[in-house]
Amino acid sequence: MNIALTGGFADPARDAAHAFRAVTEAMARPGMILTVTGANPPRISAAAGITLLTLCDTTTPLHLAGATDTAELRDWIAFHIGAPLVTAEKAAFALGDWRSLQPIDRFPQGLPDYPDRSATLIVEMESLSNQGPRLTGPGIQHHAHLSLPETAAFRANAALFPLGLDFILTSGDQLAALPRTSRVEDN
Amino acid sequence: MTDQAYNFAYLDEQTKRMIRRAILKALAIPGYQVPFASREMPMPYGWGTGGVQVTAACLTPEDRLKVIDQGSDDTTNAVSIRKFFQRTAGVAITEKTAEATLIQTRHRIPETALTQGQILVYQVPIPEPLRFIEPRETETRKMHELEEYGLMHVKLYEDIARHGQIATSYAYPVRVEGRYVMDPSPIPKFDNPKLGGNAAIQLFGAGREQRIYALPPYTDVVSLDFDDHPFTATKADHGCNICGSIHSYLDEVITDDQGGRIFVCSDTDFCAERQQGTAA
Repeated sequence: MNIALTGGFADPARDAAHAFRAVTEAMARPGMILTVTGANPPRISAAAGITLLTLCDTTTPLHLAGATDTAELRDWIAFHIGAPLVTAEKAAFALGDWRSLQPIDRFPQGLPDYPDRSATLIVEMESLSNQGPRLTGPGIQHHAHLSLPETAAFRANAALFPLGLDFILTSGDQLAALPRTSRVEDN
Repeated sequence: MTDQAYNFAYLDEQTKRMIRRAILKALAIPGYQVPFASREMPMPYGWGTGGVQVTAACLTPEDRLKVIDQGSDDTTNAVSIRKFFQRTAGVAITEKTAEATLIQTRHRIPETALTQGQILVYQVPIPEPLRFIEPRETETRKMHELEEYGLMHVKLYEDIARHGQIATSYAYPVRVEGRYVMDPSPIPKFDNPKLGGNAAIQLFGAGREQRIYALPPYTDVVSLDFDDHPFTATKADHGCNICGSIHSYLDEVITDDQGGRIFVCSDTDFCAERQQGTAA
């Protein structure tokens, strides 16, 4: 069977509800790592595929960066999601590993009067753990730690507040998030 | 048509995705009002259509839902919204704050402290705190952009000039993380101290005005005030006539046409728990 037709949500309303709750908890509590299930996308992590299925549709321009831009994934997105694939400058969502997403300042940062009109980057990671740079800010009671790929880019992004990008980090069936409000420091 | 003919939690999936994207941006920019394409709901505007849409986008089948209206589980608005989600999402319901995973509220924050894993959804009539000072959306948007919030302090100052104190007693404006001025919805200012540092996720939905905004857990929220007129959380200077609590927010209830009145907890669950506790 054509792999583009399989691997989506079996029960879209309930699977998406569970996935969204996990993404919400992650975005509201930076540093928290959650597990999601329900989809099996080709050549990207399950968590990244589930995030796309939960948040993207025909109204959200999507950029596939670097090695994620495969024919298999393009077909899978066309069938399950229908998001128009665009360049980084026009993206509402972007998917890729940290290196291929660089430079991140080419993605929409939001407008001074509409800071919500910024891109959300889904960053594919080798692994996720609560070791690494120290996080403080809204959603974090004292401080948290998350295995971010670096700190300088996230610090520059946070300095743009209220503008800036928001990040969902994915690895296997795990995800975590880093909104623009998080203050990132080297450990 | 059966109840199962509806999609889970009533809204179609594309609508939920649109609301969900707005909720995530709202969490990423605390206090900023994110525009969203509010839908017609099977209840009139003013009955909590914004809160209902946010709740519908957040509900999972395992959730235990509590709905309150001015603190009460028993009023028309609370009962009808609770039944709506029982029918369209099949979720469990509760009246106990501690047992609920998602609480939709109109104009109160429960007395019982919320915990991690809970979501509090507010129904918001007018999300723009500057609206009664500046009616033009183009201007208020520019004022938020430029952090031009002086007019809000002028309004509070006029309260002092006229009444000798800040007379605003509900929908008391707050500043979130030192950036956006936010309307906490028409909760009594007694509840304002619970907005900041709360362990739960707080989401605000305004259906008619098409705005969603949010406070992540442990967000810094400061009620606006002056050095010489600091903010105070006020309540009626009584104890509850039923449970005796001197710390809860009270409703004044007229009991006859002779001027008789009593004060009772506005939070019915809190009051009932205390009555059971004293009876046991």
